[in-house]
Amino acid sequence: MSVDLSQFHQVFFEESFEGLDVMESELLDMDPSDVDDETVNNIFRAAHSIKGGAGTFGFMPVSEFTHVVETLLDEIRAGKRSMEPRYVDLFLQSVDCLRGMLSDMQDGNEPETERPAELRTEFETILGMAQEEQPTEDASAGGKDAGWIIDVKPHTDLLMTGNEPFRMFRELQELVGEGNLEVLANTDDIPELTSLNPEDCTIHWRLTVTAATPVEEIKAIFEWVEDECDLTYTPLAGDSANAEAAASSDDAASSGDAALVAPVADAGAAESTAPAASAVQSEASPADKPVKAAKAPKASKKTAESSSIRVSIDKVDSLINMVGELVITQSMLGQLGQDFDLSRLAKLQEGLSQLEQNTRELQESVMKIRMMPISFAFSRFPRLVRDLGGQLGKKVLLETIGEQTELDKTVMEKINDPLVHLVRNSMDHGLETTEDRIAAGKSEEGTITLNAYHQGGNIVIEVADDGAGLNEDRILKKAIEKGLVPENNSLTPEEIHNLIFLPGFSTAEAVSDISGRGVGMDVVRRNIQALNGSIEVKSQRGVGSTFIIRLPLTLAILDGQLVRVCEETYIFPLVSIVESIQIHRSSLNHVTGSQYVMQLRDEYIPIVRLDEIFGLRDASDTVDEMMLVVVEGDNEKIGIVVDDLLGQQQVVIKSLEQNYQKVSGISGATILGDGTVALIIDISSIGKNIVPVKRKQPRSEKAA
Amino acid sequence: MEEMNKDIILPESEVGDEQQYLTFIMSGEEYGVDILAVQEIRGWEEPTLIPNAPSYIRGVINLRGTIVPIMDLRLRFGLSEADYTATTVVIILKFDSDNGERVMGIVVDAVSDVYTIADEETRRPPELTEDDNSDFIKGLVNVNEKMVILLDVAELLMLRMEMSDANYSVDKD
Repeated sequence: MSVDLSQFHQVFFEESFEGLDVMESELLDMDPSDVDDETVNNIFRAAHSIKGGAGTFGFMPVSEFTHVVETLLDEIRAGKRSMEPRYVDLFLQSVDCLRGMLSDMQDGNEPETERPAELRTEFETILGMAQEEQPTEDASAGGKDAGWIIDVKPHTDLLMTGNEPFRMFRELQELVGEGNLEVLANTDDIPELTSLNPEDCTIHWRLTVTAATPVEEIKAIFEWVEDECDLTYTPLAGDSANAEAAASSDDAASSGDAALVAPVADAGAAESTAPAASAVQSEASPADKPVKAAKAPKASKKTAESSSIRVSIDKVDSLINMVGELVITQSMLGQLGQDFDLSRLAKLQEGLSQLEQNTRELQESVMKIRMMPISFAFSRFPRLVRDLGGQLGKKVLLETIGEQTELDKTVMEKINDPLVHLVRNSMDHGLETTEDRIAAGKSEEGTITLNAYHQGGNIVIEVADDGAGLNEDRILKKAIEKGLVPENNSLTPEEIHNLIFLPGFSTAEAVSDISGRGVGMDVVRRNIQALNGSIEVKSQRGVGSTFIIRLPLTLAILDGQLVRVCEETYIFPLVSIVESIQIHRSSLNHVTGSQYVMQLRDEYIPIVRLDEIFGLRDASDTVDEMMLVVVEGDNEKIGIVVDDLLGQQQVVIKSLEQNYQKVSGISGATILGDGTVALIIDISSIGKNIVPVKRKQPRSEKAA
Repeated sequence: MEEMNKDIILPESEVGDEQQYLTFIMSGEEYGVDILAVQEIRGWEEPTLIPNAPSYIRGVINLRGTIVPIMDLRLRFGLSEADYTATTVVIILKFDSDNGERVMGIVVDAVSDVYTIADEETRRPPELTEDDNSDFIKGLVNVNEKMVILLDVAELLMLRMEMSDANYSVDKD
């Protein structure tokens, strides 16, 4: 019986967190005035599973707390009371509270008790009121003091429905504590061995609970079998000793020839159920043994933080398929290799191309395993918007589009905080107050739209609001005030909008709880850039603003353009390349010292010579014909001069920092087909090297 | 002589252990590194340049999928540059750093031998003035009447990180 349950704790936590997410999203979707039965059922089921799991693993604070939540839900479900907005709030708070408790326990700490206790009181107040409204079963009063006799008469098809009485008895025993439960099996109805159908359940049980237990808790255990069993609950009178006597005499009376205790029932051939009952019996017998098994490991062990993902079976199946194909290709090539002569060259080439295809497909499906729909990131926003809206007194409608868009799990985890920040910002600064909206002739309710879609090898996430839009005058004034831009500048509206991404910029007039805490959009931008992504803002006065985030789908693979500079091969991320053109040296103009610019159609773009900044070539060497790769990083176009363009290919990104250190201008390394290492150019930091000579920043220092 | 040696014997706590050292030759001197830090020994292959790296970092190679930087120990020690030949070897060393295990290769002239050396035989190097390189010398030891310079792998490979920041100081003991 002593299975180490702690191995399942991680699964329990994950499932519970999922359950809480379900509860939360159902609660948020729910319209209290018109509650769908299915919604309440979903919430109830989630709560019930958490309670059950917590009980199984001995996380009593959680299971006790969930129980009161569940009780109220049950009453709503049963139609005894209707859903009210305040219940929704209470349930949401409970979800938060449970989440906190669970994560405390996941970290190996004792869960906090204050908050659950507060909420529990609230629940109990609500529930207490209910008991006044409807006549309390007088039974429950007695049962609370002494205990219960529960007659369980399962219908014969109980076992067919997948229910196992033993489990329920065990749960009951956990509820009431060891030594407080006695199980008696009534075998009267068991037919002769010859006519016995082993799949029928013909045993009845009488359970005697000798501990004060609310009947609701007992009922909850038998909840799943309510329809498959006749259950009667009789309160136990007097103290437990009397009760036991009463129970046994009662039993003797009811089942004439003797009440058989479980082990005897075993002999009576109902194979699956009888041992179950006997197990409960035998376990219950060493009474008053301290309940230790469940609690000890929890306190001592700190749960190893291992994150996991759920992968749909389709993805795994396709992976298995691919591996199968790969094995076939491998054996074919192996055979070919055993006796090879030139006549079979064509076959070899065919095999190799098949191998290439297999490998690529396999790589793609492996990558897909890490892909999760962005709804995981979006799902927290309804709650956030609801709470924040209440706090700010703004009516906000949240729209999410493209929730099924998939992206890498790592990217998703890292994009969460920036997204929260953007949504908070939009709600706090973007949307006007209700009065202002009405005055501006807009609908009373502001809208925040989260939109995700794929574009090329990127995922684009838009956070849009239909608020007032960015106030260019204010931004500019602030930027001048803070010395970020000179006073007499000629910035275009777009450039002004992008000023909000500069460090130390916050237009919030009052620092509020919600945003404007000093960590501003520059942090958001930095986080996104750390993911190889970019962010831009589009805004129109009075219409709203949209933040557009572009991110690579995965951090592990990159579509690269291979270029040659001197003898070295470098890789440009394909997504950042705008165009590539062949130029002659004479079309480059010196601005200051070693800095070049070039006129490309109607704009001047700064030029970086890779051979110079990487110190690959002596300055005296002159090359006349070169390739210019125009890239866009930080919304700024830069021309990078290389010797030649090679092919394009997908490259696997390897860390350079792991064994070396960060190199300016390089974001990582990869291994080319011939086994050599090629470095990947970091467009945004190459851009930074030339920041001081950007044409529109007259205060610039000289380039180093 | 006996007394003098006692003064510079290593602290009590390190006495009594034996360690194996892999030794290699550079410019006629024999150097030793803790054999447990040696992952493998490879032939020289042309690495990929790292832009703006110190001259002694020759670049990075692909070691079965891992990007491993290669340091030329001759240049690191300020010795004259030698041509890379077929016998030039790269010793791949691994050591624990704050960011987990790091792997790095050092280019040496030739691998020599493996010695078992008791810690108490190790002498501290004399305090050298203003010499950067003394920091990663763990000790000196006599083997068969010949001096072997024992190197502290972590210090040797970590030091590079500080130096590349250009604010390197020699005050550390």
